[in-house]
Amino acid sequence: MIIKILGSGCKKCLALEENVKAAVAKAGRDAEISKVTDMAEIASYGVMSTPALVVDDKLVSAGKVLSADDIGVWLWSGSLP
Amino acid sequence: MNVFGWINDQLLRMQWLADLVSAAVSATGLDPASRIGGSVHFFVYDVIKIFILLSVLIFSISLVQSYFPPERTRRILGGRSGIGANILAALLGTITPFCSCSSIPLFIGFTAAGLPLAITFSFLISSPLVDLASVILLASIFNWSVALVYVFVGLVVAVVGGTLIGRAGMEDQVAEFVRTAPVHDMSETMTWPKRLNYARDQLSEIIHRVWLYVLIGVGIGAAIHNWVPESVISGLLGQDKWWSVPVATIIGVPMYADIFGTLPIAEALIGKGVGLGTVLAFMMAVTALSLPSIIMLKRVVKLPLLALFLVVVTGGILGIGVLFNAITHWFI
Repeated sequence: MIIKILGSGCKKCLALEENVKAAVAKAGRDAEISKVTDMAEIASYGVMSTPALVVDDKLVSAGKVLSADDIGVWLWSGSLP
Repeated sequence: MNVFGWINDQLLRMQWLADLVSAAVSATGLDPASRIGGSVHFFVYDVIKIFILLSVLIFSISLVQSYFPPERTRRILGGRSGIGANILAALLGTITPFCSCSSIPLFIGFTAAGLPLAITFSFLISSPLVDLASVILLASIFNWSVALVYVFVGLVVAVVGGTLIGRAGMEDQVAEFVRTAPVHDMSETMTWPKRLNYARDQLSEIIHRVWLYVLIGVGIGAAIHNWVPESVISGLLGQDKWWSVPVATIIGVPMYADIFGTLPIAEALIGKGVGLGTVLAFMMAVTALSLPSIIMLKRVVKLPLLALFLVVVTGGILGIGVLFNAITHWFI
């Protein structure tokens, strides 16, 4: 599983990254987490607000800091609560 | 006693708080009329007042904003053109949730969806410049006519600036990847509990982001208010000095602060006899333009378009400053 956090490095992006790490650790999943700060790559996902979350090249959310619990739900069910 | 006057004095200007802080300052043995006592009063009163207003305002405004995610704004603006579209873009700029770190994805999202540069820039100029919370704060520190005038001129700068940039025909001055970016529509309909959550999150995030700027702003305001002699301020920024507006603008442009941080400085400057136009120019320069936002914009637009943006916005701010200095006596 490849998880990308899109954002220009603002505080919210860091918060989302922390929550993703926590959710992945809690779920016991194996995931490669990376941050994308390059504008061209962020634009290629078509998001209008950051931070955005991309899992396996699928856009999950934009403009929100999802909680670790919400991300956990997504990891199990593939949809947000 | 009229109700409107009471709302203005007690709820917005918080006269009760001023009296309370006065009493508290006196109780510590300081005279609120003295220099040190006056500085302490200015600082404590302004900090408490701004944080109370900020909290109430951001929470309620975030509820309104939850109805206007950027994707919806883009849908509303899609396919429109002409001056009406510029005005609409400037108005939506005041209510769309916005933080300077997301202005670039927003610019990309608008441009990729085919919105003309004129409309995108009207939105980008008005968004940091005119913001619902700042309007109420202005009303609290000055009065309603100043607040409404600020909104009006802010919208004028956004509409005229966007129109001029659109006329320049610089659609090719945008980075290639911006125009070819895909367009996604992520917005969802929120339920009430989600809106309340959203408003609470916005409140905590914005307070975290601005508290330091507010403290610094109030600190500078308190220093100007009680320690800088009026002759120094009026010698530099007095109404009779033709350079007052350009100086205020040049000082303000590279500064990066929220409008909430600039308000106490504006308040203190007005108290020292600086012209309304000069103060408005300073506030607009600080909020509309800043080095970080210019550096970010450089990543998506080419130099000629960036330069045009800077010239148009700076020119607009200068014009407004000079105009308002000429007509200050209408408002204060």
